[in-house]
Amino acid sequence: MDPSFLLVQSLSGLASASSLFVIASGLTLVFGVTRIVNFAHGSFYMLGAYVAVTVVPWLLEIDRSPWLFFAGVLISAAVVGLLGVAMELLLLRRIYKVPELFQLLATFGVVLMVQDAVLKIWGPVDIPGPRAPGLRHGVEIFGQRFPAYELFLIVVGPAVLGLLWLLMHRTRFGVLIRAATRDREMVGALGVNQALLFTGTLFLGAFLAGLGGALQIPRVSASAQMDLSIITEVFVVTVIGGMGSVTGAFLAAVLIGQLQAFGVLVFPKITLVLVFLLMAVVLVIKPWGLLGRPEPAAGRAALPEGILSPRGFGGAERALLGVAVASLLALPLFGDAYAVKVATEVLVFALAAFSLNFLVGNGGIVSFGHAAYFGLGAYAAGLLVTKGGLPMEPALLAAPLAGGLFAALFGFFVVRLSGIYLAMLTLAFAQIAYAVCFQWVEFTGGDNGVVGVWPSAWASSRHVYFYLVAACALGAILALRHVIYAPFGATLRAARDSEPRADAIGIDVRTHRWLAFTLAGVAAGLAGGLYAFSKGSIDPTMLGIPMSVDFLAMILLGGIQTVMGAVVGAAAFHAIKDVFMPLTDYWRFLLGASIIALVLIFPRGLGGAWGALRART
Amino acid sequence: MTLLAAEALNKRFGGVVAARDVAFALSAGEMLAIIGPNGAGKSTTFNMVGGQLRPDSGRVLLGGEDITGLPPREVCRMGVGRTFQVAQTFLSMSVIENVQMALIAHAGRTRDMLAPTSRLFRQDALALLARVGMEAAADRPIGELAYGDVKTVELAIALAAAPRLLLMDEPTAGMAPRERARLMQLTAGIAREEGIGVLFTEHDMDAVFAHADRILVLVRGEIIAAGTPEQVRDDPEVQRVYLGTTGVRAALRARRAHG
Amino acid sequence: MAEAVLDVAGLKAGYGPAEVLFGVTLALRRGEVAALMGRNGAGKSTTLKAIMGLLPPRGGKVRFAGTDITGLPPFRIARLGLGYVPEERRIFTDLTVFENLEVGRRPPRAGRDAWTPERLFAVFPNLAEMRGRRAAAMSGGEQQMLTIARTLMGNPDAVLLDEPSEGLAPVIVEQMAEAVLRMKAEGISVLLSEQNLDFAAAVADRAYVIERGEIRYEGTMEALEADEHVREAYLTV
Repeated sequence: MDPSFLLVQSLSGLASASSLFVIASGLTLVFGVTRIVNFAHGSFYMLGAYVAVTVVPWLLEIDRSPWLFFAGVLISAAVVGLLGVAMELLLLRRIYKVPELFQLLATFGVVLMVQDAVLKIWGPVDIPGPRAPGLRHGVEIFGQRFPAYELFLIVVGPAVLGLLWLLMHRTRFGVLIRAATRDREMVGALGVNQALLFTGTLFLGAFLAGLGGALQIPRVSASAQMDLSIITEVFVVTVIGGMGSVTGAFLAAVLIGQLQAFGVLVFPKITLVLVFLLMAVVLVIKPWGLLGRPEPAAGRAALPEGILSPRGFGGAERALLGVAVASLLALPLFGDAYAVKVATEVLVFALAAFSLNFLVGNGGIVSFGHAAYFGLGAYAAGLLVTKGGLPMEPALLAAPLAGGLFAALFGFFVVRLSGIYLAMLTLAFAQIAYAVCFQWVEFTGGDNGVVGVWPSAWASSRHVYFYLVAACALGAILALRHVIYAPFGATLRAARDSEPRADAIGIDVRTHRWLAFTLAGVAAGLAGGLYAFSKGSIDPTMLGIPMSVDFLAMILLGGIQTVMGAVVGAAAFHAIKDVFMPLTDYWRFLLGASIIALVLIFPRGLGGAWGALRART
Repeated sequence: MTLLAAEALNKRFGGVVAARDVAFALSAGEMLAIIGPNGAGKSTTFNMVGGQLRPDSGRVLLGGEDITGLPPREVCRMGVGRTFQVAQTFLSMSVIENVQMALIAHAGRTRDMLAPTSRLFRQDALALLARVGMEAAADRPIGELAYGDVKTVELAIALAAAPRLLLMDEPTAGMAPRERARLMQLTAGIAREEGIGVLFTEHDMDAVFAHADRILVLVRGEIIAAGTPEQVRDDPEVQRVYLGTTGVRAALRARRAHG
Repeated sequence: MAEAVLDVAGLKAGYGPAEVLFGVTLALRRGEVAALMGRNGAGKSTTLKAIMGLLPPRGGKVRFAGTDITGLPPFRIARLGLGYVPEERRIFTDLTVFENLEVGRRPPRAGRDAWTPERLFAVFPNLAEMRGRRAAAMSGGEQQMLTIARTLMGNPDAVLLDEPSEGLAPVIVEQMAEAVLRMKAEGISVLLSEQNLDFAAAVADRAYVIERGEIRYEGTMEALEADEHVREAYLTV
């Protein structure tokens, strides 16, 4: 191959590595000090781009000078930094001590709110930014033309690394950040007010994300999808580099940049799979990333956030359940087609949410990418019917198999980790599955998905299909519920409560968690398959982050401490969504705010409220 | 007859020697205490026997079988029960469910997805709780119990695997003074009646001298004394270590220098 | 009798369900060095942590320089002038010696010379030679000196010193004793926890003996040295 081509390819890899590093450095700094993985970091990046496409053209009106361009970029970054401060003061400060799941969900609530805020302020159309004055030309490198702005970006990464190094080593603020990353408590005992330090760190972190976004405007238009597309990449970079390590993030960004630049030549369709393979290999060899350090073991004896001793149904609950199931099954007799459709969806989501709470509530395995198994089940069923020409029945069997197979594959790596690393790995796997479905246009239909996923003739009426879904979903839920009450379920709770104790009584914790992950994948896959036939189509949103978060919101709303909470939560969530979504243009804003409110004031959900009510009477 | 034998165990962390040629033997029904200052290598030794740490060299033999470097769950299946310095129990469960869980694990039924857990081994669990005097609390959530009672239940959990050897890391740490004697008496009684060997570390000297048959004194990773409580008590080297006479001259010179 | 700069009454604390302190009462007088003696696990470190606010007190009162500091966050307590030197050293290993001192720096207090790195290097000459070195590369004894110097950078009126002689070679123990006496000469009151009787005897004016989370003995250091009964009961095996 032509060496000059390889060089240019490598340079473009460096340019994207540079941008990735600038953003990832902010996330990793914030995590190092606050121990919170900030989902909204991607939103800060997006806001940086939007503020820049607003501010920079305005400045360039005054004079088309490179200096004003970069002044505009810095102003945008500073504005975003201030938004980071606001987020710390209003939200993060209240959730430093809550479980990781709640932290992730609350910051994701901010993501949703920002998405709608951006749509409201800047509208739905992508906004192209101005090119940078003085850097609009191309540079000749061994006979290949290379954009000057890309060359400039290559310099930005090391420059930011250098400036961060100076900040970290030559200022009191930086020294305190480094000290706090190692031992927060000791920093406090030496008289440092951590609250101020955290606020300052959030400014810095958000500033860097905003800077990364603002620097992108000559390359890409500001769009409302920037946040989620970047956050996964940034998560992968920080996980590979080691959470909290700026230098590690730099190394990882360069590694991924090169891998993508050259991977695209060899395997143009699966560069993301390469990135995932790199991440999996790194995490298996070094579970805390290239330059990360093990999290100090918590070692505290606290009641877990999850299902406690599961009780059987009481008399009142039996009656309620009977009425609920009976009225559900009677629905097609008096409800209209729309009601039947909604009820079908509620059943599907109830199964998906129940399988997620089997992991989260019962096993303490906080999966942030459960939609992957739901979606893969849907795709397996949908593709078999449309491309494979199979009828519905075998396709519906394939759905749980696909969900289980992928859950077994991904779970093999996932159960080797714990806490926040585990959550991020599940998320990364889900995003990879999403990206494959999104990019592999010939096979999966890409963004549009595939239509024509219809049930067999005998089940084609809405009513019959509803009863089919009801049988499958209720059967699977009852089966999973039975497992929760069986020794396997108790073993998962035991390992969640105390891993050392489980180990000491002879339990192979990892293998049990792997089985649980696979089992949950089977159930989610079945739900996905049922969903595909009820919608008649498949598309990538079925395995996107928002779908995973919907599932999490359902179990949170239902209460992760209770066995049946997930079902109630799914029903309530879907009903609320159904009622409110048509009424407002700002559904995501409302949803984000509700998730934050749930985390802050109602963390036990409806199931917790019911339990409290029962305890009182 | 020898139940547990540690042969020339060595362990280093970086440049620090945590255990140097640690060797001892423990018979069935015997209570062997390991004492020593903080950082002497007690936990290291303990964890090498329990499988939490793999020794750099040396062997651990249980009933003549080599168990060196086996993970804790395997060590458990070989007949070793263990309690922790900070009690480790399943906080979401009731007292009896904790014991039932250990019995289910012992019976190899943790992957059973059919049987109702609450009815499995309930009678056996009640008998174990009765053995440690906790049957009255069987159906209470374990999180509601006083800490001394939690540690007692932990003993019942450890006994569920019908162990030949009990490893107890600071069994009385964190307990109120009057609860300590009760737990140690209980342990000693069970050990002697059932011929279970007990290896324990302990800071509470009353507990050690009242109940240990033999004592090992570890300092900086080495055994400096071993013997019956009387022998250890009279050992001048042990006295020196515990009263920290090592720095005496240096310290006195420092004092003179400052008047 | 000098007034008490630190007054602890009926202090209770523990970790999770484990109870460690069952009502500790002691006082540190202005300008003195007091030793809190006891075996491993007796509650020495827990007492110091609970005073410093690193472990939330579950009962009792702590007053420092006339202010009730019970339950205050550690940074407030440190800013009032109570320094803390932890047992496990807890040096910021990624930071240089100089940077470690920087973390501890607080504004000077009225009527007293502020500690500066240069003044501290005069007291701890070893540290001066390695000011630019990463703390991870220091020996245990040097790290112990650094923790004390780091705390002094906060210009404290009193210092809680947790197990200063533990795990140190005799020659370092000697330097440690000198450092404690130097603090006393500077007018800093010191409460240290200690198992090593000789070390305590070399530096302390008074002693408390703690056993199973309660104070069992209080007296001058000389009286404790002379009291074979107390020593045997609480300090030896």
